[in-house]
Amino acid sequence: MELNELTAHEIRNLLESGKTSSEEVTRAVFAKIDREDGQIGAYITLCKEWAFDRAKTVDRKRKDGQAMPPLAGIPIAIKDNICTRDIRTTCSSKILENFFPPYQATVVEKILASDMVPIGKTNMDEFAMGSSTETSFFGVTHNPWNLEMIPGGSSGGSAASVANDEAIVSLGSDTGGSIRQPAGMCGVVGLKPTYGKVSRFGLIAFASSLDQIGPLTGDVEDSALLLDAICGHDARDSTSVDVPANHAKALSGSISKNIIGIPDEYFVGGLETEVETAVREAIKVLEGLGAKLQRVSLPHTDYAIATYYIIATAEASSNLARYDGVKYGYRHKAEKGLSLSEMYGKTRSEGFGVEVKRRIGLGTYTLSAGYYDAYYLKAQRVRTLIRNDFEKAFGKCDCIIAPTSPTAAFRIGEKIDNPLQMYLSDIFTIPANLAGIPAISIPCGLTRDGLPIGLQIMGKAFDETTILQTAYAYEQAADWRTITPDGNKL
Amino acid sequence: MTDIGKNSKDAKGKRQYEITIGLEVHAALSTTTKIFCACGTKFGEAPNSQTCPVCLGMPGVLPVLNENVVKYAIRAALALNCKFNLLNKFDRKNYYYPDLPKNYQISQDYLPIAHDGCLDIFLSSGKRKIRINNIHMEEDAGKNLHAGDTGLLDASLVDFNRAGVPLLEIVTYPDMHSVGEVEKLMTALRDILMYTGVADCKMEEGGLRFEANISLMPFGQTDLGPRVEMKNLNSFKTVIKALNYEIRRQEKSLRQGEKVTQETRLWDDKSGETSPMRSKEEAHDYRYFPEPDLVPLVIDEQLIEEIRSSLAELPASKLERFCKDYGLSEYDARVITSSRALADFYEEVAAVCKEPKTVSNWVTGELQGILNEEKRDIGDCPISPEQLAELLSLLSKGAVSAPSAKIILRDMFHSGKSAKAIIEEKGLSQISDEKDIRPAVKHIINTNTGIVDDYCKGKEKAIGALIGKVMKETRGRADPTKVSQILRELLEEEKRSR
Repeated sequence: MELNELTAHEIRNLLESGKTSSEEVTRAVFAKIDREDGQIGAYITLCKEWAFDRAKTVDRKRKDGQAMPPLAGIPIAIKDNICTRDIRTTCSSKILENFFPPYQATVVEKILASDMVPIGKTNMDEFAMGSSTETSFFGVTHNPWNLEMIPGGSSGGSAASVANDEAIVSLGSDTGGSIRQPAGMCGVVGLKPTYGKVSRFGLIAFASSLDQIGPLTGDVEDSALLLDAICGHDARDSTSVDVPANHAKALSGSISKNIIGIPDEYFVGGLETEVETAVREAIKVLEGLGAKLQRVSLPHTDYAIATYYIIATAEASSNLARYDGVKYGYRHKAEKGLSLSEMYGKTRSEGFGVEVKRRIGLGTYTLSAGYYDAYYLKAQRVRTLIRNDFEKAFGKCDCIIAPTSPTAAFRIGEKIDNPLQMYLSDIFTIPANLAGIPAISIPCGLTRDGLPIGLQIMGKAFDETTILQTAYAYEQAADWRTITPDGNKL
Repeated sequence: MTDIGKNSKDAKGKRQYEITIGLEVHAALSTTTKIFCACGTKFGEAPNSQTCPVCLGMPGVLPVLNENVVKYAIRAALALNCKFNLLNKFDRKNYYYPDLPKNYQISQDYLPIAHDGCLDIFLSSGKRKIRINNIHMEEDAGKNLHAGDTGLLDASLVDFNRAGVPLLEIVTYPDMHSVGEVEKLMTALRDILMYTGVADCKMEEGGLRFEANISLMPFGQTDLGPRVEMKNLNSFKTVIKALNYEIRRQEKSLRQGEKVTQETRLWDDKSGETSPMRSKEEAHDYRYFPEPDLVPLVIDEQLIEEIRSSLAELPASKLERFCKDYGLSEYDARVITSSRALADFYEEVAAVCKEPKTVSNWVTGELQGILNEEKRDIGDCPISPEQLAELLSLLSKGAVSAPSAKIILRDMFHSGKSAKAIIEEKGLSQISDEKDIRPAVKHIINTNTGIVDDYCKGKEKAIGALIGKVMKETRGRADPTKVSQILRELLEEEKRSR
């Protein structure tokens, strides 16, 4: 077994007992990337030199007997919408093709402070708008389980890099499911923390009230460790909240007294039979571990997608206004005598892809005078109803279990020309973003075609501990974690 | 300044149209750092030297509200008698312009920090209350520099130093009905902002900017008429000029039976005219929506009370107190309280020299005269209040004459020396002893026989000329009262002896 196929906590044991070095692990990761990323396309930018520099430095510190953070020396991939100082950060867009931020995102500062080793920047849907990583200016990412399939999105590169052992762990961002859906489709663990748990400073905004950074990892323990490393209040993000970072320690807590909610509205038409079967099997496993099951209702679930596409696009239309060719990024190579508005128009129509333009158009429309009340304001009200649904449900249970997506990974190109079909892919993940609550996706089986199925566990705001404990208990019992994209048990 | 509003009369001298004006005032707050980042706000620094990723609107950065901006806004709102929205929110105002880094401005639209206030203006007809609609906090934009104009470079450049400087926008109700009232309001507002230390209102630095809404309607009508909004008014003078221009333009249209278009017009200082910027149909749709990067601002009532108790006395109550406590006329009190620095200076002098009326005369007369000549402000007056108080005390004790005091004051201003030192040096102490004055008076009577003759023939006014001559003879040092008394005595003797 190669070093890059291990989880972070397994590597940590080897590092602490001196059986390997961060440099060796990093070398194994880059060897895999060199061999296979040409086919996968998980990365946009690699930072090999920096990675080895840091790996060596961390090894030296360890040798000197310094106390090391739990994830010291672990290679990590970073989604390309998270700013890295002096390292190209593109958001998978032509408009930021050559953007080198002069500042570091808070999460990047935090993983550096944890002595982790950044490998590179991963591919994504342009500006995180998409569910398949097909809208990237830099090309499609392929699902390691079947190269003809999409990896999910928008954090498709982050999910694929971990699934294909091209990174030990990675960071993604989740606005409507962008961590959980690709995690489910690539057979890894993806956690969207509570809104405000992780600083958004340096995360290039798509929809500010929904965006949240979170970990994609090989197993639940790694997820908890990485969450501990990145969470907490940040003076540079007013919406961030001070929370203790003690998730990894609480992981093995018993779930035998937990009540698990099963929402009626998530087991409906459109849900593939194979997915439903796998999720129901998982629920049985949890029941077997002593958890009580409780039927709950989230009656406004049907409105979640419409609500989401109004709020997210409205915020996006404003967030993306700054890409105008004036200060940084792509600018239309002007013929002489272009007016200011012509320069804006040409820059933006050439710099943004189709899906981004569609959403900017949608958002601009819903915020316009005369439509604001009917769309934006109404969507905000429905958002409150959806949040209330969850509050009510959590009065009866400790966490809620549902599928992550209605289907397993679909074919590249299958839905790219049908945005509405594509949007339905996030039907089960969007409500957690609207409600601001934490949710995790963990593998719970394979389809007959050998594609991973994701199980989603949603929790109360700031109660990541319960969903991590539940996920951990299930993972230990079911052990899907040892299935690899090759289809072989390790 | 002519008050056109008052003069818009028809041939019979009756006013034809009622004018209605509302103002939006943008004041740059005098905080040392910007509203959403830690960059400095100093004016006139090298272009783009006071910027960071946040105020440049780079990808992924977030605004963090400067606490002092909130405190300053509360101070201004209290001074303008506003009610507070204890829960207030920021909104995004979306529009594209190169000087606006994010292409949206963070402002307050739906729930501004304060609303429904008022302030008084003083007209010849008495006190008038002008209502404030709301006060809100927002960020300023940068400045476009059209390098093409200089011929050096075929491009436009942007200086973002001003981007993110905190602004307070104060919106009045359309409660003003003449240009004169607008002028009074602007002055009153500036006084309050400066008094409270909220803004330094330096118009040459763009620290106070205005937008005016104006509409005209025939008297007796209730529908205000189409509203014309004027932008780009960067000084009191500009506001007045633009309003006067607009009133004439609209009156002309109305008299000719034309309709005034509801539109936004831009004032051009060079041509002295306004021109259409955009019509109602083309009006910007700012697509306001709540700023998701900032949490709603909850204001603690205790903070408001703390600020209220620390709030400096406002011009209006200071005026009242100066009239009452110092026995000053309303006119004098108004002159002194027109600036906080002047009022503070006055009070410090009056605390030592217990003759408030004398202090008022000297502060607003002689001292202000010297300051005007030297183009200096009371704020950087080289004579300290204590020094002036010493001089005025010597004057009231009769140790120096008034003419000497004027000479001494000028010397103090330039040399920085104390009054006593100058008196010593120049020998300017007042001669009050009769036996010292008498010889000088005798000398003048003997050498001015013509004038003495006039007096003896009954032309008593001639005594004035002789007093002047004695004062000149004593280089202004003789006590004028004593001089007059001795002179009269000796002249009467002379008259009798003839």
